[in-house]
Amino acid sequence: MIPFSYARASDVQDAIAKGALGGTKFLGGGTNLVDLMRETIERPTGLVDVTGLSSEITETRDGGVMIGAAARNTAVTEHPLIRSRYPALTRAIVAGASAQIRNMATVGGNLMQRTRCTYFYDGEGSHCNKRAPGDGCDALSGFNRSHAILGASDACIAVHPSDMCVALTALDAMVHIEGSDGSRSLPIKDFHRLPGDRPDIETMLQPGDLITAIELPASSIAANSTYRKVRDRASYAFALVSVAAALEIENGNVRDVRIALGGVAHKPWRAERAEAALRGKPAGEAAFLAAAEAELAAARTFEGNAFKVELARRTIVSVLTELSGGAV
Amino acid sequence: MSISVNGNAVQVPDDPRVSLLDLLRDGLHLHGTKKGCNQGACGACTVLVDGERMLSCLSLAVQFDGRSITTIEGLGEPGALHPLQQAFVEHDGFQCGYCTPGQICSAVAMVEEVRRGVPSHVTSDLNSNVIDFSHDEMRERMSGNLCRCGAYNGIIDAINETLKEAAE
Amino acid sequence: MSILENAKQTAQGLFQAGMAKAIAMAPDSWIPGGEPDPLIRERHGHVGRPVSRIDGPLKVSGKAPFAAEFPMEGMVYAALAYSTIAKGRLSSLDTADAEAAPGVVLVMTFRNAPRMQPPPLFLSGAKAAGGDKLPVMQDDRIHWNGQPIALVLAETQEQADHAKSLIRVGYEVEHADIAFAEARDRGTDTAEFMGQPLHDEIGDAEKALQDAAFKIDATYTTPRHNHNPIELHGLTVAWQGDTLRMHDAQQLVAHTAWSMAQVFGLDEKQVVVTSPFVGGGFGSKSMWQHHILAAAGAKLAGRPVRIVLSREGVFRLVGGRSPTEQRVALGADQEGKLTALIHTGVTVKTPHNAMPEPFILPTRSAYAAENVLLDVQKVELDMLGNTFMRAPGEAVGTFALECAMDELAEKLGMDPIELRVRNEPEKDPISGLPFSSRHIVEAYRAGAERFGWSRRNPKPRSVSDGEWLIGMGCATGTYPYYRMPGGAARITLTREGKAIVDIAVHEMGMGTSTVQTQVTADRLGLPMDAITFNYGDSTLPGVIMAGGSQQTAAIGASVIAAHNALIEELLRIAGNDSPLAGLKAKDVGSRNGGLCKLDEPERHETYQSLLARAQRDKVTVEAQPPQPLETMHWSMHSHSAMFCEVKVNKVTGEPRVTRFLGSFDCGRILNPKTATSQFRGGIIMGLGLALMEDTQFDERKGRVMNPSLAEYHVPVHMDVPEIDVIWTDIPDPHAPMGAHGIGEIGITGTGAAVANAIYNATGKRVRDLPITLDKLL
Repeated sequence: MIPFSYARASDVQDAIAKGALGGTKFLGGGTNLVDLMRETIERPTGLVDVTGLSSEITETRDGGVMIGAAARNTAVTEHPLIRSRYPALTRAIVAGASAQIRNMATVGGNLMQRTRCTYFYDGEGSHCNKRAPGDGCDALSGFNRSHAILGASDACIAVHPSDMCVALTALDAMVHIEGSDGSRSLPIKDFHRLPGDRPDIETMLQPGDLITAIELPASSIAANSTYRKVRDRASYAFALVSVAAALEIENGNVRDVRIALGGVAHKPWRAERAEAALRGKPAGEAAFLAAAEAELAAARTFEGNAFKVELARRTIVSVLTELSGGAV
Repeated sequence: MSISVNGNAVQVPDDPRVSLLDLLRDGLHLHGTKKGCNQGACGACTVLVDGERMLSCLSLAVQFDGRSITTIEGLGEPGALHPLQQAFVEHDGFQCGYCTPGQICSAVAMVEEVRRGVPSHVTSDLNSNVIDFSHDEMRERMSGNLCRCGAYNGIIDAINETLKEAAE
Repeated sequence: MSILENAKQTAQGLFQAGMAKAIAMAPDSWIPGGEPDPLIRERHGHVGRPVSRIDGPLKVSGKAPFAAEFPMEGMVYAALAYSTIAKGRLSSLDTADAEAAPGVVLVMTFRNAPRMQPPPLFLSGAKAAGGDKLPVMQDDRIHWNGQPIALVLAETQEQADHAKSLIRVGYEVEHADIAFAEARDRGTDTAEFMGQPLHDEIGDAEKALQDAAFKIDATYTTPRHNHNPIELHGLTVAWQGDTLRMHDAQQLVAHTAWSMAQVFGLDEKQVVVTSPFVGGGFGSKSMWQHHILAAAGAKLAGRPVRIVLSREGVFRLVGGRSPTEQRVALGADQEGKLTALIHTGVTVKTPHNAMPEPFILPTRSAYAAENVLLDVQKVELDMLGNTFMRAPGEAVGTFALECAMDELAEKLGMDPIELRVRNEPEKDPISGLPFSSRHIVEAYRAGAERFGWSRRNPKPRSVSDGEWLIGMGCATGTYPYYRMPGGAARITLTREGKAIVDIAVHEMGMGTSTVQTQVTADRLGLPMDAITFNYGDSTLPGVIMAGGSQQTAAIGASVIAAHNALIEELLRIAGNDSPLAGLKAKDVGSRNGGLCKLDEPERHETYQSLLARAQRDKVTVEAQPPQPLETMHWSMHSHSAMFCEVKVNKVTGEPRVTRFLGSFDCGRILNPKTATSQFRGGIIMGLGLALMEDTQFDERKGRVMNPSLAEYHVPVHMDVPEIDVIWTDIPDPHAPMGAHGIGEIGITGTGAAVANAIYNATGKRVRDLPITLDKLL
């Protein structure tokens, strides 16, 4: 780690003021940032600790749930409102990392996780456009079994590693942001970026912006939601493919549906084509498969990750079939 | 600025780069907390922070001002072992012993998480607060603690026995 | 090679061949183990009891001190910078910023490192411990991607790590040979292992294969592996006067002390290596560059040094297991008798080490086949020296061989256990030696019954449970009994009737101190609490490595020799008033806290009484066992029958092991509790080999790309079901205590048992490890 200063933020305004200095980063649980600082891939000159800011999980007036960005992952999974109304979110969080890490990691920090691409991590020995735009990408013709099949560019084929964000994406979460210009909010599907030619810029945050809360909107469909993660190890491994979905069936037809994919793109991938293909269709394997095909038609694969297309197809169908329960 | 470590007040280090793990090992000579990867991938550095299990390698010590840390040394010592430590000996829940303090700290907090009703990846009913102490629940919840010697069966047996005794 | 050298080697070879013949033909009684160890008969002592580890309370309370946990006055912390090219030279190396960084005490590069001899390469001499023989930081040459190029010492670890990141390096890159397939296509050489070519031939196997009624012929590939013990490689080292003092994590303390002495031009007594606890080794904790660099840095800085490799550092400078490409071809007649057994292939090493992965070793003694062809070819690449990893040869060799047996069984329409039973040899097929102890058929029968093998449906893809396909498989595991030269032990008997055993051996989790305390207690006729077992210290007698599963036998033979010397010495000082007066040592044994005449046990005197009468406070003896000729007189091996049940997800292809049983034939089991853990531990590493372990070596630049425990997967709790372990417990009459080492056999056969179960579940035969879900979709 390079030397840095450390300060605790007493409230949001204090955090914004302290975070305005160039080279400063906000520190949550540190589970990803501290690791990357040790690798000198992240080189902040100052850290502002925001773990003392709001970690409250409360019901909003319109029946949604507001989660303070400093809430620990475990606190979210065990909250009765989340478990009952947004099961996909609980399922996604408990599928990620380990209990120790979930006890440390904050919700805001989870959104800011960086890729696990091993060429990104190899600061000394590998080329990576995400670390240094224009440097080249060693993953394109290297080990890319875990890499993206959707939305990638010639500059970067890394994937976003979060499980939680995939569920949030399916559940239409809003990200509340405080910056020097005041507050704003973004749908989470628009929060993360695709790599394009600037894979180093991963989110829509401006310098000094702070994530203050995640809001889950009231939703009738969310109660029938789940998350399925496919990985090499039975636990404590990143997703090769994951699917978060919610499904509402009326008279045998798909009334509404939400699908998001993990492990396949630079961002949590909202499968809008699949959703569009499904709405109003008779719920069943044929429709589910057609929806998956619609989403995956644009897939572009590499030597190591071609299997992900078939894996994603099967996993989407299986999750939707599960959610359709006895209705099919 | 101070951290409580096994009940003793400890000065927060001046250099904010010092991890909680290095503070324990290099600063306080509490070597029971182990360094197996220093990157949050093995669980050997697990300690209890206000009773919750966390990874001390990914924790900056400076973040723990005012908090209470319990390490393996704070759980028990030869002659006065914690029941779970004793059960690890009896069930041979280790070989080389290097991941062991992390496994034990992790298990102590894991039991509390189960009692609190925190769901896991293998919990079937999310709306129930009562978690079944099944083999799968324990294996899943302990999966953040790697053991390369492969003492997993003995570890689960030790936890099982201690839990049973606690329940009786 | 000169004609003279050629002639010398031929003469040596002839002499060795002649010796081997003479040893093979000698009467049993001339051979160590010819007379069974009396302890084999002892059935009421401590041996065989499930004693809990005597160091358990220390380990569970975090009080057992590991190498990087010995504080030293004035100690500094180390960090290493590694090369990022595979071959070439350093064109620039700018350390100015690092030297100026806060807290930095020393930046050492080839420019200022002390002149040192290259490390003696392991197997090149009796006490050589080096992983390779390259000079360490002596010039600007780069030999592999990851080679240490600078050592930084600083007051804190954070300062050392930071300063290391400030070093700027330029390279002059040269062409490096790093691609396995390219090198193989250019040509290969026959590999040698421990001085012998890895090549055996009986009859004409290729012809027999052509003519066989039933045959299979397939290629199996296994990737690179890394040991990944959870304890990072590290040591605390200081120069104390002329003595180099090393607190190390080490499976070769005596070898390392001698080898470090060669590097620094010292007498071996000037190097003291202690290693009371080792946080796992599996073959990796021998002597590597960090030992030499830390000691050199301590010398230059004049301060003690603590070096702990990062996990990445372990991958960069501690070698792992090499990849293999193996062909197994089997021919059989209608009855399933093997007429042709071919096991050949290629592996990878470097020009600087002596370790081609010897994957044919398990095949040599496996099956009675009329025609046999075994061969290992090697290519040499510009990479980090590969090394011994748990069951080198056997772990990956049994994967290929035992998958092939499963494939042949299916071709024959025969139960795979029955196929193995029908090919059970009566004597060692290659050496012709009799087996010392081989009860593999019993192990299969007991295992099959307990596992419920009869419930297996031989038709693949015929059993499922919801989303999961279920399958069962089995395979044979095997590992040789070794006992290497160099054993020695010292016993000190005190007037209080207590015994101290001193021997330079190791505790990496095998339970050495516990089990040897049990054994010594029985051997000396004392309670366990009267025995102190000292180990892990290079100043103690013996040059014994914890490797090759030979430590138990080596200690056993050494303590037997020391015990015999102790009896001689006690009889010498016994005097005429002793009931033992006039007896010969061969007629006397230890019992009930003293000595007695073996066939007249009432002629007994306690140790206290013997020493008191001789007015001695203590008696100390030291002895060496005879050379390990037993391994040239009998074919000595451990065996196992491995049974696995898997489920494979129909949707995702995820393979998960649901049940496993290891049925072992490894001689007498000395401590069922610690033995069970060792067996299970080996099996679990075998599950990792089967399903997930893969060191990703980027052949574009010779660099390991997953040097972390997040990306190099080892099994976690959730991957491991309850593993059932049983054993024959039939003592090997020719081994000390009747016991075989058991540290490595667990990983052998496991990969094939899993692969065969996956085939039974899915109908998919995966011959390329690891068997990940993408191969099963």
